[in-house]
Amino acid sequence: MSDQVLIRGARLYGEGDPVDVLVAHGLIAEIGSIEAAEGTEVVEAAGQVLLPGFVDLHTHLREPGREDAETVETGSAAAALGGYTAVFAMANTDPVADNAVVVEHVWRRGREVGLVDVHPVGAVTVGLNGERLAELGTMAKSVAGVRMFSDDGHCVADPLLMRRALEYSTALDVVIAQHAEEPRLTVGAQAHEGEIASRLGYAGWPASAEESIVARDCLLAGHAGARLHVCHVSTAGTAEVLRWAKDRQRAGTISAEVTPHHLLLTDERLASYDPVNKVNPPLRTGGDAARLRAALAEGVIDCVATDHAPHPVQDKDCEWAVAKPGMLGLQTALSVVTETMVRTGLLDWRGVARVMSERPAEIAGLPDQGRPLLAGEPANLVLVDPDAEWTVRGTELASLAANTPYEGMRLPGVVTLTLLRGRITAREGKIG
Amino acid sequence: MKHLLATDGLDPRLATAVLDTADELKKTLLGREVRKLPTLRGRTVVTLFYENSTRTRVSFEIAGKWMSADVINVSSGGSSVGKGESLRDTALTLAAAGADCVIIRHPASGAAHRLAGWLAESGTAVVNAGDGMHEHPTQALLDAATLRERLGTLSGRRVAIVGDVLHSRVARSNIHLLTALGAEVVLVAPPTLLPVGVSALPVTVSHELDAELAALDAVMMLRVQAERMHGGFFPSAREYSVAYGLSEQRLKMLPEHAVVLHPGPMLRGMEIASAVADAPSSAITEQVRNGVHVRMAVLYHLLAGEEEK
Repeated sequence: MSDQVLIRGARLYGEGDPVDVLVAHGLIAEIGSIEAAEGTEVVEAAGQVLLPGFVDLHTHLREPGREDAETVETGSAAAALGGYTAVFAMANTDPVADNAVVVEHVWRRGREVGLVDVHPVGAVTVGLNGERLAELGTMAKSVAGVRMFSDDGHCVADPLLMRRALEYSTALDVVIAQHAEEPRLTVGAQAHEGEIASRLGYAGWPASAEESIVARDCLLAGHAGARLHVCHVSTAGTAEVLRWAKDRQRAGTISAEVTPHHLLLTDERLASYDPVNKVNPPLRTGGDAARLRAALAEGVIDCVATDHAPHPVQDKDCEWAVAKPGMLGLQTALSVVTETMVRTGLLDWRGVARVMSERPAEIAGLPDQGRPLLAGEPANLVLVDPDAEWTVRGTELASLAANTPYEGMRLPGVVTLTLLRGRITAREGKIG
Repeated sequence: MKHLLATDGLDPRLATAVLDTADELKKTLLGREVRKLPTLRGRTVVTLFYENSTRTRVSFEIAGKWMSADVINVSSGGSSVGKGESLRDTALTLAAAGADCVIIRHPASGAAHRLAGWLAESGTAVVNAGDGMHEHPTQALLDAATLRERLGTLSGRRVAIVGDVLHSRVARSNIHLLTALGAEVVLVAPPTLLPVGVSALPVTVSHELDAELAALDAVMMLRVQAERMHGGFFPSAREYSVAYGLSEQRLKMLPEHAVVLHPGPMLRGMEIASAVADAPSSAITEQVRNGVHVRMAVLYHLLAGEEEK
């Protein structure tokens, strides 16, 4: 393979006239009208949009422990095919990534696979049990260089422990990402608490269980002068809390993510009792989804994160109550964002670059991701065909699992090329 | 009818047909020494119970046997179910072994729907005998049969459902069926025991039982599960009983023709005074008796109805 790639006739951020982009030695070498030198690989990109490679702050790669659901290798492939150049692998593995050994293992496996930069997320508390801080400093200073800590899947519910985690994190300049769920309000919860759950007999997960924790954590982050990131915002009320918190922001820094599925899907899908729709936090109402889309467009919610959560078939093809929560997201995120944000006019492609690449890279402190499309910048890039559509088939996705809620749906926006430091990692739906 | 999974969305004409069949079956069997009809001879009915329920399981078992079906009981203890086999694999095994109908009781809402999906290819019928907090459609049908018997018609009748509506599959099934058959339903419960979004249901809501009694044609008491009494849903069993229990004094406030129902098992003295449970207004024993006929009718419509046409 050539170490030079010429992307011919793409529109940067979907704006302006088509230009040629020459990638060489891992960087964007030149932008303009460029003749292909001999040996340069040429990618015809007429009608396509070039963006900085996507960064996912919220991925479950399942390795170590549940390699039957996903591995660093298969998850990296799904990420590359979805246009991602960096992903953050959540800590709820088995064993839990609450120590340097596990985070370094995940980081090394990511490097060996080499399709996407895999950044392990360290657990905030030992064993995710919410009782004692994990060795955040050791993980931050390990070769894995952990930048983000989260007990995702669990909330750090104890307010004193959360305060300590936020305070302690300031010395390491890392971000604490919270799965906001007051556990006393969600005992036995199976679905969004509302009319549909009541009719179908699901125990309810009230919106206030999320909103109350987000409000509390924003106050604590301000008090500690810490960096708080709110995972998978799911309710209109949380968006209002974030707006208030950002307006009054004192010392702390607050950021938040929303998943593609919370932008598109609603609790009306629950009537099938098919656990492919079961996710935590649960699918909310149409009103919530509309407010989340608006909040993302306005910047109240900073970015899109997939919460990619692969599960093997036996953990999903069962009764709702025993099914594991979560759904695939890496390969469908761009399409769902295209459907919900671009086609609706809420975001242009520069906005997509902001919410899928630039802001996540800033939040996590990645220096070489989410960079502007300029000569001399790292060539972490994604090329998107905005007009193409595809039909989602779970078994055709790169993940080991197939639990996609979009099965059979026709979605717009197709990733045609992904480059990681100038090397093609995915092209036309295939790796490499 | 292919399956009976819920009363939500059940065609009222079909529900009425089932109730009419139950009436006919009851008349047919009345006074007979041998209560056995040949209708389902050679058909195999499996009761698959993931929760203990002597009352419902026995009712279905008798219904199947009186229709001459071969009835096999599977419960979670001592079977592959107890060994942790998935519901899907159990379902496929039962279908492969030749079950014509699976009657399922399960703690997960939607389990009967899932079962019906897995059995779609096999042609095996599924009856929901209670799934989580969702529905218990044959209970609602037997309640409707009992009310029809006592009141003549459900149309225009006012029925109170009293107690733990939030956790009650019986209440959900009754709300849908009774309103579909023309009755008015008022839910009487403390706010903590009402479902969120209750205003979307075709019911009215009251927290004052006494204010409702005089206008009722029937009062349906619900069971309060023991764990609710200490779960902060209400301050104490005593306070609950004072506010929502059906006492003898309250019985006197009901119109003379009004019917008292309870799906059982009853907490006498707390939910319902013993004298009320045994009073002429009480149709609690008839509910159990009608349950067999209603379940016979359901099996008939699922397994023999098409052939009869």
